[in-house]
Amino acid sequence: MANRPDEAAGKGANKPALELHVPEPTYRPGDPVDFAHIHVPEAGAQARPDEVCDAIETSSLCYDLVRVLGDDNKAHGPWDPKLDPDTLRTMLHSFAMVHAFDERMFRGQRQGKTSFYMKCTGEEATSISAAMALASDDMIFPSYRQQGILISRGYPLIEMINQIYSNKGDKLKGRQLPIMYSSREHSFFSISGNLATQTPQAVGWAMASAIKGDSRIAATWVGEGSTAEGDFHAACTFATVYNAPVILNVINNQWAISSFSGFAGGERTTFAARALGYGLAGIRVDGNDPLAVYAAERWAANRARANGGPTLIEHFTYRAEGHSTSDDPSGYRSAQEREEWPLGDPVTRLKNHLIELGEWDEERQVAMDLACAEEVKAATKEAEKNGILGHGLHHPFRTMFEDVFEELPWHLKEQSEQAIRERETKFPEGRPGS
Amino acid sequence: MIEAINEALDLKMTEDPDIVVMGEDVGYFGGVFRATAGLQEKHGKNRVFDTPISECGIIGAAVGMGAYGLRPVPEIQFADYIYPGLDQLISEAARLRYRSAGEYIAPMTVRSPFGGGIFGGQTHSQSPEALFAHVAGLKTVIPATPYDAKGLLIAAIEDNDPVIFFEPKRIYNAPFTGYYDKPVEPWKKHRDSIVPEGHYSIPLGKARIVQEGEAMTVLAYGTMVHVAEAVCREKGIDAEILDLRTIVPLDIEAIEASVKKTGRCLIVHEATRTAGFGAELSALVMERCFFHLEAPVERVTGFDTPYPHSLEWAYFPGPVRIGEAIDKIMKA
Repeated sequence: MANRPDEAAGKGANKPALELHVPEPTYRPGDPVDFAHIHVPEAGAQARPDEVCDAIETSSLCYDLVRVLGDDNKAHGPWDPKLDPDTLRTMLHSFAMVHAFDERMFRGQRQGKTSFYMKCTGEEATSISAAMALASDDMIFPSYRQQGILISRGYPLIEMINQIYSNKGDKLKGRQLPIMYSSREHSFFSISGNLATQTPQAVGWAMASAIKGDSRIAATWVGEGSTAEGDFHAACTFATVYNAPVILNVINNQWAISSFSGFAGGERTTFAARALGYGLAGIRVDGNDPLAVYAAERWAANRARANGGPTLIEHFTYRAEGHSTSDDPSGYRSAQEREEWPLGDPVTRLKNHLIELGEWDEERQVAMDLACAEEVKAATKEAEKNGILGHGLHHPFRTMFEDVFEELPWHLKEQSEQAIRERETKFPEGRPGS
Repeated sequence: MIEAINEALDLKMTEDPDIVVMGEDVGYFGGVFRATAGLQEKHGKNRVFDTPISECGIIGAAVGMGAYGLRPVPEIQFADYIYPGLDQLISEAARLRYRSAGEYIAPMTVRSPFGGGIFGGQTHSQSPEALFAHVAGLKTVIPATPYDAKGLLIAAIEDNDPVIFFEPKRIYNAPFTGYYDKPVEPWKKHRDSIVPEGHYSIPLGKARIVQEGEAMTVLAYGTMVHVAEAVCREKGIDAEILDLRTIVPLDIEAIEASVKKTGRCLIVHEATRTAGFGAELSALVMERCFFHLEAPVERVTGFDTPYPHSLEWAYFPGPVRIGEAIDKIMKA
């Protein structure tokens, strides 16, 4: 330790000892759950400022929680997006589909058909409802739990499963971890495993769109834990400096693997309030309220499209499942949390809303769930014809060396020839699973 | 050289409306080294603009712009400042084409002044090229002359892969003979200073034979090409000097042909020695030319210390260090 000027006076002299604060969630496994500290405001009570207002006018929204669906299953207040029943049913169908997909892929991982999977249970609205509020050619820079966006944009399930299985139908040539999709056709950017890197990229894309006088905007998704990354702060700075037509969606699902949101600074302020320091518009929205999520995203999209500037939206939600198939949340959080979450489940809330409107019933829900499960099952069977992970070397060896550069340089040509040469020795019976 | 770089940028911006120049101080002011002088006035603020001091943001935004379809040419003010942007370069720009199987590309040219010799201290003098040579998917270009700077920069901007373009700032305004206490010959009197007007490009991955010779092969790039040349001239060594121009892709054919002809090889670079790019060059020469060698391959490099401020001329691989290595090779 460095010498200190008052060392002779003894440690700290008569000054109080400093203390380090290490955040700790309110309860751990075995503890009773009490979400009393989460303030749930009345649905419909939040003001809806003009879409091109000054960012500062959103200050109160950064600490409040925009809600539309009340306990009565009715839509309330100025944020009610007034969606027609067909749109609501389309949304509910995407919810059911992503649920069926998650179930089947989770099971597939447990059956050893792939190495890894991540469910989005509880967070369906933060991707599906948000994406539905955007134009289909607005550019998405996703994190890893936005499979709902691809599903709502009509990306074929079989393509998703091929990617998860890294089989010979995988158009990413078996290079990416399962769930790290990419679809240029669906304006869905390639997913990175490094956290928050997509945020400045989304801003750059939005800047490019503005430079070219385009009308498309960009939106990015990042977990609340990853907002601690420098990239996120670079993204906020660039977004505000250039007034980029971009939406920064922060999914506050309370948990970054086993670290609760306090480790990203969530104990002291809201994530939406991060917007204020940058001069961004900010909205904190009930992420389990599909109508509120839709409305907030549409507000931000309209703002961006009108050159009103970027918006940071905190989707206050709850990760009902583990972080991934490699995670066991019972080791760090109370098992009752999921049931006790005060904002309910987005699927149930939307379903009950439609029933309340007289536009849906439990029987149709059961039938839809079943139909989605069947559709996913059929797609899975079809995809499995292309192989599953670990049961084969599905792609020609030379593909390993392709796309490093546009053209193959001499050293990669040499290494490619080496890999093909080794094939004879490693797999004398021929390539497995090919 | 700085004028050649400015010319290349201006020319490409005129040719291609998708090229965007951005970086700290590059706009109104025209860059701290004046590489972008006049570009904002001519091409507009939409295409030439200052950025926040955030290398991660600069490179990250450039990745997004590339994905959109622009061809950004970001400037990192000093190569030493590139580290906060490394994740975006290494994990994102370099691998985007691969991980998306060609769906998305990041066709950017990251320009950055690098190397020592201007009393820049440890944070304005580094040569981090080996770091980038190690990353799959990045191309690394280092010009040594004004003619090459223009032709290589044009090629880099036209390339669809992300390129790191390191500009040896010691020779921005004049060639460098390698001596601290000798007057430096101005570029305009130098034989390498002729820069034709208009469009020309130099393919990435082709070395330049600075001079032909029989006694030994010298492999160098950037400032060290001029230093090595001066030393060989003064010592009267009939060396064949190769300016590598790009270290990824590397012109292995030229290296192999030259070393097989001369039987001796000296590698000179300014970056630190251990695991520097010279180690790769040395290994390649040993693998491919061993039975043609008449002496062990020698490396002349900077020392494995941070770049010192007041002692930079003791650090810099100059005539004494190069001369010793030449003697050792010739005596073997």
